[in-house]
Amino acid sequence: MGAILKRELGSYFNSAIAYIVMAVFFGFAGYFFVMTCFISNTSSLSYTYSNIFVIIIFLTPIISMKTFSEEKRQRTDQALFTSPSNLFEIVLGKFLGAFILYGICCLIFFVFGLVIQMFTPANWPVIICTNIGLLLLGGALIAIDVFISALTESQVIAAVVGMAVGVMTYMLSSLVSMTSSSVPWLSNAINAVSFTNYYQNFTYGILDLTGVIFFLSVIALFIFFTIRVFEKKRWS
Amino acid sequence: MVEVKNLTKRYGNTTVVDNISFSVDNGEILGFLGPNGAGKSTTMNMITGYISSSSGTVTVNGAEVLDNPKKVKSNIGYLPEIPPLYVEMTVRKYLEFMFDLKKVKLPKKEHISEVMRLVKITDVSERIIKHLSKGYRQRVGFAQALLGNPPILILDEPTVGLDPQQIIEIRTLIRSLGKKHTVIFSSHVLSEVSATCDRIIVISNGKIVADEKTENLSSSISGEQKLRLDIEGSSSTVLDALKIIPGVIKIRKQHDTGNNTARYLIEYKNDVDIRRDVFRSIANAGCVILDMQSGNETLEDSFLKLVSQDQTKDITGGKR
Repeated sequence: MGAILKRELGSYFNSAIAYIVMAVFFGFAGYFFVMTCFISNTSSLSYTYSNIFVIIIFLTPIISMKTFSEEKRQRTDQALFTSPSNLFEIVLGKFLGAFILYGICCLIFFVFGLVIQMFTPANWPVIICTNIGLLLLGGALIAIDVFISALTESQVIAAVVGMAVGVMTYMLSSLVSMTSSSVPWLSNAINAVSFTNYYQNFTYGILDLTGVIFFLSVIALFIFFTIRVFEKKRWS
Repeated sequence: MVEVKNLTKRYGNTTVVDNISFSVDNGEILGFLGPNGAGKSTTMNMITGYISSSSGTVTVNGAEVLDNPKKVKSNIGYLPEIPPLYVEMTVRKYLEFMFDLKKVKLPKKEHISEVMRLVKITDVSERIIKHLSKGYRQRVGFAQALLGNPPILILDEPTVGLDPQQIIEIRTLIRSLGKKHTVIFSSHVLSEVSATCDRIIVISNGKIVADEKTENLSSSISGEQKLRLDIEGSSSTVLDALKIIPGVIKIRKQHDTGNNTARYLIEYKNDVDIRRDVFRSIANAGCVILDMQSGNETLEDSFLKLVSQDQTKDITGGKR
């Protein structure tokens, strides 16, 4: 796994990908930070955190789109799958590579905390708690995007489908209000898988255990699915 | 030691590899020969565990590839048809990555330098693979397969797309590797396989049509020897002179080549050498031999014969 992880990080940071992703993330996060904290004169980062969701939806597929599609296109997957490393190590290495880049992006919120600290005591427990939520949310989306990348040889398809899935998770909460009166069981079901709902709790500063378990389950499930994709491909 | 038993691969209704069995001894160089699309790559992918078989087993040094993939994979160095290169990396970085990926237990720096020296890529070690020529890329792929000194090397068309000079280098390399490793390598070029391998397996439409020592392959198929002659002199005199030679089975005049000269083809028994008799007999008849060629069927001929036999069988209702 170490080998894969090292190569993944190398491929992000030895090319422009990591820096562009970070620049875009920092740019938008900074914009939201200025708009919600400075203009509205508040020390709460919760609006910044909830706005950044939209950016994450578009950035996580960009980070993960190449993980497996590029390997398949270049035929380098033959080297991976004929090496003594097992599938779990390979998939986990790929996932962690993307996740670490994403994690570095999320560090910007601690900088925002320090900026607030200059004017007024920042609420560090809330910032830390929300950052955990942010990492979990991104982790879940990355796991889904890695899975999508494993299904196709085209990075573009992987990115577009990943974004569509991301936007869908974002829109689920609006479906809830549409269906709550007519089909209550459906809205309950949607609520139970709504990324925004779980994430929202974190932005209020609540370390919500169901949320933690939900996102971790999504990560585990899609890593498992990704492994199955390759196993199935070998067997068919 | 690699043992393949009743290996079959089906995709839907198409059988790509059809019930093939063979084994390769330690230190043997086995050539895997067949036209494009015969199932060579598929077979190699199954041996290396990249894809699974529909049925049948592959045993490498006592371990079965599906039961114990880790052991099998660590025993095999594989160079696929398209070398699996991360083109944005430098040669050294790439080999370091492959070294880690293969979990090789040797001293890293020394081993990588040694392998690079062996395939002669030391001078490009700091260059990005993307900028290398095809020949160098192929050698980087080779280096990757050699990492960890695996006892078995599987090379899928290692010389495709190389220039003649490079082909000779790669061949020499394979020959020298064959002293320490078991090598299975595939090609659709006959001269290459015959120049390098101890044994040849010819595969066509997913089936093995011949499995022979290299030197036996052509004679075992043709049955009798042939001699091709260009002789100056009248046809009837020449034919009469040839007829009396013991051991001759059939004489055929192929065509006139002008100037009272014609080309003849003689088939004769395997166990005699009639060349001296032919020379004397023709000289006695007052004719002149301008050219004599041992027309023992070339490997190319026997290969085409094997493959076309197999295909006619298909047309006439053989099972695919």
